[in-house]
Amino acid sequence: MKEKKDAILDLWLNKQKAEDSYFNADDQKEDSEDFAVSFLEALGDSSIEDQNSRGFDKVHDILMGIAVSRAKRGFTPRETGIYLFSFKEALLEVLAEEIEDPAILYADSLKISKIIDNMAILTFEGFIKGREDVIARQTDEITEISTPVIRVWDGVVALPIIGTLDSARTQVVMENLLQQIVETGSTIAILDISGVPAVDSLVAQHLIKTVSATRLLGAECIISGIRPEIAQIVVHLGIDLSNIITKSTLASALQTAFNMLKLEVNKKKGTFTNS
Amino acid sequence: MERIPILKMGDFLLVTIQVDLYDQLAENLESDLVNAVKKHNSKGVLIDISSVSIIDSFMGRILGNIGIMSKIMGAQSVIVGMQPAVAMTLVELGLTLTGVATALNVERGMELLRSKILLSEGQSDDNDYDTE
Repeated sequence: MKEKKDAILDLWLNKQKAEDSYFNADDQKEDSEDFAVSFLEALGDSSIEDQNSRGFDKVHDILMGIAVSRAKRGFTPRETGIYLFSFKEALLEVLAEEIEDPAILYADSLKISKIIDNMAILTFEGFIKGREDVIARQTDEITEISTPVIRVWDGVVALPIIGTLDSARTQVVMENLLQQIVETGSTIAILDISGVPAVDSLVAQHLIKTVSATRLLGAECIISGIRPEIAQIVVHLGIDLSNIITKSTLASALQTAFNMLKLEVNKKKGTFTNS
Repeated sequence: MERIPILKMGDFLLVTIQVDLYDQLAENLESDLVNAVKKHNSKGVLIDISSVSIIDSFMGRILGNIGIMSKIMGAQSVIVGMQPAVAMTLVELGLTLTGVATALNVERGMELLRSKILLSEGQSDDNDYDTE
């Protein structure tokens, strides 16, 4: 079997070329060679019946690596499946050339099939794991970038919330906001929810919690960006926001903040020069 | 027995909690403070909890109680310097300390106390809850 390594590999690569429209020869050849060599080694070392034997551990590792990297590069599961099954075809073709006796050929083919099928299952597990890693990383990134605390004025911080508020995110939002309030010594925080698609009682609960925590620190919290639909939903659900200052736009919230800080924005007198 | 010192500064009482509170200590503080308010006839109480990093529901309730007790004895109270983590814990516990005024630091707290006292002296027989 080992002597036929090159023949199997060639056959396999040709099959891959035929199946794959965007076949990347160098990359894939390396992976395939790695896999084929270790597979055949394992086949030689261990008894062919015992597919869970130690000998296959290395093969499984390599296969897992291939599956994960293919998942991350955006291959479909079908392509990865075909990749593995074309190896089986190459293997069986070489086997058919070598063994004359139909009975032995049949028995060996069955064994090879069994091993490869087991590996196919493994590939899919690896594939899904690869995709899940990608999703987890993206979730982390979204949480990171979606809670910026902006200092809009001396003593006023604003936090625009974009996307749905769930418990985990509220925690992050609250942490960031409180930390910034303490760091900047701000007395007013504006929570802009114009980017929140829907408000239900749970989201309102989270908002009220954030406002209470801000008050405990000794800062006042204004909620802005209440759209007409949100106002309707809040009233229909019977949520009491009466002891929270709410405004429809960020501009009016800022105006309120200025009033509370006893600040005034005046239009400059004199002629306007375009510099 | 360990006690938290209560400093008198003119019309105000100043309490800085520099250790983590345990139950007995908090109870002592509560009784000491109301006694001190009576003794010095203080008009304002400022409690600095900036070095308290752990708080539980009992401590939260004591803090709330101190605020209300001093209020019915005619003294305004302000809690200053609460850490973000402590605030989040209290909110999760459902203790929002509605009766107590809060401020970011001692300086702001003093300012707030003065303005509250001015306000309550202006309308001495009417102690409504003003917004902080």
